[in-house]
Amino acid sequence: MNSEFILSWIDYLVMIIYFAFVLGIGWALKRYMKDASAFLEAGRSMPAWVAGLAFISTNLGALEVMGMTGSGMKYGMLTTHFYWVGAIPAMVFLAIFMMPFYYGSKARSVPEYLKLRYDEKTRGLNAILFAVMTILASGISMYALAILMEKVLGWNFHLSLILSAAIVLAYTYLGGLSSAIYNEVLQFFIIVVGLLPIVILSLKDVGGWHGLQQSLAPIVSHMPQHYAPDTWTTTWKYTGTAKANPLGVEWYGIFAGLGFVLSFGYWCTNFLIVQRAMSAKSTTAARNTPLIGAIPKMFIPFLIIVPGIVALVLANTPGKGFALPLNEAGQPIYDYTIIMLLKQYLPAGVLGLGVTALLASFMSGMAGNVSAFNTVWTYDIYQSYIRPTTKDKVSDDNHYLFVGRMATIFGVVVSIAAAYLASLFGNIMDFLQTIFSMVNAPLFAVIFLGMFWKRATGHAAFTGLLAGFFIALMHHGLTFPEGANTLVKGGWIAHLHAYPVEMAQNFWTAIFACSTSAIVTVVLSLLTKQKKSDDELKGLVYVLTPKLNEEAVPWYTRSTTLAIIVLLLVSILTILFW
Amino acid sequence: MGIDIKIPIGLMFTIFGLLLTAYGFFTRFDAALYKPSMGININLWSGLGMLILGVIMLALAYISRSQKP
Repeated sequence: MNSEFILSWIDYLVMIIYFAFVLGIGWALKRYMKDASAFLEAGRSMPAWVAGLAFISTNLGALEVMGMTGSGMKYGMLTTHFYWVGAIPAMVFLAIFMMPFYYGSKARSVPEYLKLRYDEKTRGLNAILFAVMTILASGISMYALAILMEKVLGWNFHLSLILSAAIVLAYTYLGGLSSAIYNEVLQFFIIVVGLLPIVILSLKDVGGWHGLQQSLAPIVSHMPQHYAPDTWTTTWKYTGTAKANPLGVEWYGIFAGLGFVLSFGYWCTNFLIVQRAMSAKSTTAARNTPLIGAIPKMFIPFLIIVPGIVALVLANTPGKGFALPLNEAGQPIYDYTIIMLLKQYLPAGVLGLGVTALLASFMSGMAGNVSAFNTVWTYDIYQSYIRPTTKDKVSDDNHYLFVGRMATIFGVVVSIAAAYLASLFGNIMDFLQTIFSMVNAPLFAVIFLGMFWKRATGHAAFTGLLAGFFIALMHHGLTFPEGANTLVKGGWIAHLHAYPVEMAQNFWTAIFACSTSAIVTVVLSLLTKQKKSDDELKGLVYVLTPKLNEEAVPWYTRSTTLAIIVLLLVSILTILFW
Repeated sequence: MGIDIKIPIGLMFTIFGLLLTAYGFFTRFDAALYKPSMGININLWSGLGMLILGVIMLALAYISRSQKP
């Protein structure tokens, strides 16, 4: 089915107005960029609500929106596990237990925390891996954006690539991290407003939630796997066995893999995310950032997953004329679900808004990557290994601001190169996602131990990171998902074990990596000598940090109160859609 | 840092709101245009919604500005 849109003048007008605001924000911030700290850390001045919305917006990239709507069609409400169990608990944990150390240590990045807590080599390893992966990730989203513009808007691939790179470069070069954060907030609103018409119209079309449940029942029970009629509209009900639900994972796999290892690895250690909270104006604001982000986060499934579920009904109702485009192998391309829904329901006008929302989320994803990259590059690589600080603070400030700006240009240029690389190797996206999960899961074990166990040593942490990564690699090489046809999916050493689905394999890779890393770090810490004195570890480890005093903060804005509200809300949602 | 983000958000959605409300109003008899949205004038409704969002944002920005000396 043809996925190209016919946009009218009003749609283009909406798009132009949006990008005028995006660039305008960068321009307005230009005069505040006086030193490296303003450019790379947003001067630690963000109100909690701005940092909080940016916090989830960074994660709400277009690949996420497109992927999750597709997953809604493929797995139904089970996709909410990526949110309710797979994100919220980790966000609450980050806020309450980890943010005081990240923020209070005065570290400017996650690698710098590792340097303060452990040693130089642990920081170096993390900084370099992070810098490389972030740029590749940015390149991949750039590639995906250009492909989308080519297929959906009919624009030239190269032109789309250069144009989007130029916009991202312009506003991050002008306003640095502040510009990226403010635009993420703007993007959050445009995504909600741009996709809301789809939710309303698609639900109305199938007769509301109740109508959706009824129309799904015959479709689901006639699938070859004979699922129960309400599988697509429930979350935990059919997770007793892996075969009873389309996700192919049982409840403890979801709980341990998604709810613990993958989500904690992602939300609590990924600098791209944590940087948003670090930009907050006070410790309380930094702690509240993930909590404020958690509230919209738990309702995002209704915005992007529910329309995906409706798409399954549409695709099975011949009169609707709805079908996903097919790939070369004749398989439907699930990532295009949201595109086809926009096309199905939206007239000129709101259509422009929907398309702008998608473009916006692509670009802010890239801007987020670039702004995290230039911080790590400037502070953790350039300032640490290439040109350390001198006595002259003023010239240092100017110098590192200049380096940060150059890193922005460099980051965008390398992203473009990575985008072309992605266009040559179709599998690179799968490959990178696999590598990300291998790097993040051990990192969580090491940071967690660092924060809560003062005995953990630098040598142990470094070895723990490498060991975790190695085990993840081995696990991936020895197992494979059933029906895998490329070595990127696993099994490149031997076929020891087959998982029913790729997701199960990912979960277990992360679980093995995280536990290996934890065990190695604990054992080696006991065998090696702690070189850091208690004094050096003050503010970095739980037992050596003075308790946060929240007495002065009114009870209703305390982090613990907010955390309880967040957990209560997510429990209610879980029970409602059990 | 410098700017109050509520102002650009408020301005942008006010402009979008006015634009789509007007577009929705002038195209209200165009049945072909609203066929995909099942006859609902979604531009008009979205436009009004955005107008409200924009005005609320601007009002909040005005309040927080007047609170600070």
